[in-house]
Amino acid sequence: MTTKTAKAAVRRSNGIRDFFSSIWRNRMSRVGLFILAFFLAMAIFGPIFLKNPPADYLNRLKGPSAEHWLGTDYSGKDTLIQLILGAKDVLLVAFYAGAISIVIACTVGIVSGLLGGKVDTVLMLITNVMVTIPSFPFTMVLSMVISVDNAFMFGVVLSIQAWAGLAKAIRSQVLIIKNRDFIEASRVLGISNFNIIMNDVVPNIISYIAVNFISMMKEAIMSAVGLMYLGLVPFQGNHWGMMIQLSLTASGALMGSGAIVYFLAPVVCIVLFQMGCYLFATGLDEALNPRLRT
Amino acid sequence: MVKKLLMSLFTVFAALVIMFFIIQSMPGDPVDLMATTIQKQQNLQYDIAYIRAKAILNYDPDIPMGQRFLNYITGIVTGNLGTSMTYQRDVISIVGGALPWTFLIVSISLLLSFAVGVLLGIYIAWTRSRILNSVLIGYQSIFGAIPNYVIGYLMLFLFSVTLAWFPSRGAYSTSVTPGFNGEFILDVLHHAFLPVLTYFVTTVAGWIMSMKANSLSVLGEDYITYAQVRGLPKRRILITYLSKNALLPLITSLAVSFGLLFGGSPLIEGMFLYPGVGYYLSRAIAARDYPLMQGMFFIIIIMVVISSFAAELLYKYLNPHLRDS
Repeated sequence: MTTKTAKAAVRRSNGIRDFFSSIWRNRMSRVGLFILAFFLAMAIFGPIFLKNPPADYLNRLKGPSAEHWLGTDYSGKDTLIQLILGAKDVLLVAFYAGAISIVIACTVGIVSGLLGGKVDTVLMLITNVMVTIPSFPFTMVLSMVISVDNAFMFGVVLSIQAWAGLAKAIRSQVLIIKNRDFIEASRVLGISNFNIIMNDVVPNIISYIAVNFISMMKEAIMSAVGLMYLGLVPFQGNHWGMMIQLSLTASGALMGSGAIVYFLAPVVCIVLFQMGCYLFATGLDEALNPRLRT
Repeated sequence: MVKKLLMSLFTVFAALVIMFFIIQSMPGDPVDLMATTIQKQQNLQYDIAYIRAKAILNYDPDIPMGQRFLNYITGIVTGNLGTSMTYQRDVISIVGGALPWTFLIVSISLLLSFAVGVLLGIYIAWTRSRILNSVLIGYQSIFGAIPNYVIGYLMLFLFSVTLAWFPSRGAYSTSVTPGFNGEFILDVLHHAFLPVLTYFVTTVAGWIMSMKANSLSVLGEDYITYAQVRGLPKRRILITYLSKNALLPLITSLAVSFGLLFGGSPLIEGMFLYPGVGYYLSRAIAARDYPLMQGMFFIIIIMVVISSFAAELLYKYLNPHLRDS
């Protein structure tokens, strides 16, 4: 390793330490970090240690007991195990959806804002058309056109329209910093547009991007569960949305049956995860923007 | 201005074209769906059932896509959105019947949450109340996290199934005569209460948050300090200096959320069986009723474009810096 890369590595690890210590100092984002880490651990280690529970029709819709901590579902499967196994798909779908929409939104927003002119006009025209299309009904139809059978495709379906609003917001962020001295300087030096984007533009809006990535994930979970609730995505797996849908359709959870736990468990998990995202994001801006640190 | 209008028209057109092709490529043929039902019900051969279904639905799947697209476009231009397959009525008349209901609940809930949000937001910023602020953050982190349809479901369970205080379906009871009379209006409000409450509960904290943030940043401006130094009455500062300036950026979001709520209506309206745009849209999607689906998308897209257009006009009108140019 040359000294240069070693120094860069040191700087990076310092950056990561600074990032986490800043998150840690903010009480809200510390709680958020705990919640997100908890679900991440659930998603990673759950499938390693647990197997899909077998159907057991003798013990259907049981309440919580020592054997089944959260009771059983309409076919006698253990709710807790399904919940833990479901975390992986929920997180994967949300991550793919967030990542894909962020990448498209950043590309369109930055290129459009930085280059301006005809490119800007055309890209913004496309973006405006996408913004106009109502997102949830659009996703409803789209989820039928594109057959969703894995987490990645689900992420694609959820992000095809979701990037548009964010692209507009990123474009206006770029327009704000576009005429700052350091970008002018890079231009005068003849640095390529790609390098300007990577070294000057992205670092300046990284906190904005990160906060929006979290909220994109939140939105994606909302729509994913909404689509499943309507029974539009015949997604195989233990996604929590699937559990909610089954609890309402297959066991009439709220109409006075004993399956209320089966309905509430995924709902509580979704709410907790969303809360974790929200709390984590409150400290993200500060952690990624050294100028805001005190 | 004319350029803006043309752009809006183009946007509507492009959005409709995209929707047309996506809808047309949905799997599942409505004629086939109906033919199988007829086949089962009347014990006919599939071929005969198919011809019958084609006649009933007034839809021929063998017409090529290009021809269908031309028909659709000429239909839109001449104001004919086709006939719904499932309801056997003009799509225009269904849209006309559904639009007022969605308009009613969306505008009531939006205005309520906007008004409450603005007042509370400015109050928290002005008094710098720590208790209210933490209550607000707690509320937002819980209610911002629950999907609105889950809240809707819980309300349905609590207020209509268990307590039976509010009806669980429809826009008004069959016992009242529609018209401008007290009984009818009360009944409509009674039916609209739960959907409106659902929207309100899930959106109000967002308005408080943004109003609070705007007010705080305005309070940090020099002209506020100057006004205080000049000894202007608090009331005057609060109303003419703070409220106006903090409110302005929210006007745009107001229009945007109006469009968003319109598009997001299928879940809530489907749950409360409220006969608005979203309800018919989700029914149409389930039944592969292409003309009805396209009609509902058409009206939602129009509403979104109109509201963002209105936002721009309003923003220009309210912002003195932009008014002259």
